[in-house]
Amino acid sequence: MEVKEIDQVMEKYGSDPADILGILMDIQEKERYLPRETLDYLSKKLDLPMTKLYRMATFYEALSLKPLGRHQIHVCMGTACHVRGAARILDKLESQLSIKAGEVTPDLNFGLKTVNCVGACALGPVVQVDGEYHGNMSALKVERMLKKYSGSENKEAE
Amino acid sequence: MVNITIDGQQFQAAEGQNVLQAALDNGIEIPHLCYHENLSSYGGCRLCLVEITRGQRTTLTTSCTYPCLEGIVVRTDTPEVLKARRLVMELLLPLAPEAPQIQALAREMGISEQRFTEEEADNCIRCGLCTRACTEMVGAQAITFSGRGYRRAVESPFGEEAVDCIGCGTCVYICPTGCIEMLDRGTQRTLPKWKRTLELKKCTKCGWPYIPFAQIEFARQRGQEPPAADWFDLCPNCR
Repeated sequence: MEVKEIDQVMEKYGSDPADILGILMDIQEKERYLPRETLDYLSKKLDLPMTKLYRMATFYEALSLKPLGRHQIHVCMGTACHVRGAARILDKLESQLSIKAGEVTPDLNFGLKTVNCVGACALGPVVQVDGEYHGNMSALKVERMLKKYSGSENKEAE
Repeated sequence: MVNITIDGQQFQAAEGQNVLQAALDNGIEIPHLCYHENLSSYGGCRLCLVEITRGQRTTLTTSCTYPCLEGIVVRTDTPEVLKARRLVMELLLPLAPEAPQIQALAREMGISEQRFTEEEADNCIRCGLCTRACTEMVGAQAITFSGRGYRRAVESPFGEEAVDCIGCGTCVYICPTGCIEMLDRGTQRTLPKWKRTLELKKCTKCGWPYIPFAQIEFARQRGQEPPAADWFDLCPNCR
């Protein structure tokens, strides 16, 4: 991340200690992770110990120190989804993407994660991609769903 | 000052002071592992549980985080309190099964066998004394908690060398389980847990390598009263 961009984010928030989370989340959204250099820069600029930034970065699920996928797939493993076969959907996703839950595909297009409930039990089993809900999922529908998001990546590349 | 009752005895305590300190000041023992009088209360070890009655309500709560308020009644030895504390201790024990202080405390509380096991026990009970001492007492802020829930651990940032560590050893002395090692070999001090190695300065009189250069630098720059220029030339024994 360019120093200029970081400064822009910081301007939005000022340098109050309570604003750190906002700054980190904005950087996370832009970069899909918190680059080490950015944290080093922030630590100097805000006169904060690195321990504080590291503690926050590892505490919050919304923040990541490793790059996440362009499309983050959250497979709901809550009770309702679980009994309707969430495990099968996860299996299918894992084999389709050749990654395990918690990992990111080598091309950084997809990241796969399990969550314990997305609060949409009536739609179960639910898979959430980039905040978009895919209800009544089945292993059969997984391929089509993935195609949709692989497509948007091609568009981005053109 | 407010009036409080602990185990049937009347005491006066400063308003807002934590109940644990008030009890200790008056000679009433409450077991605790994450509390230190010179550090902020954390309420992490849960061992100092007591029963506190305020008005009509009685709650089981940590005495280190509960402020002394007018008229509260504290019980430190009801069967419920002892039972709850024993369970807490049983859960702490597998985290640091080899730590003498933890074993002694467990024995004292009447725990003779270990009911729970922890596969990845690293002797750290996550009491946070080291991180708070490093932040509040020393001010170096070199180590911190990371993660959340069962992944919580004490670490240097990114698990790499703790570059802000001055090698003072405060974390080593304050750790109740002794899980932080500090090794002095020749003129080098190593803290393996923080992946930190520092050069030691020798006493000009007896030649004992007794203090890391980083600590001297830190004391000069950040100390409240910068010591005299030649203060660190002699070790405490020769001063």
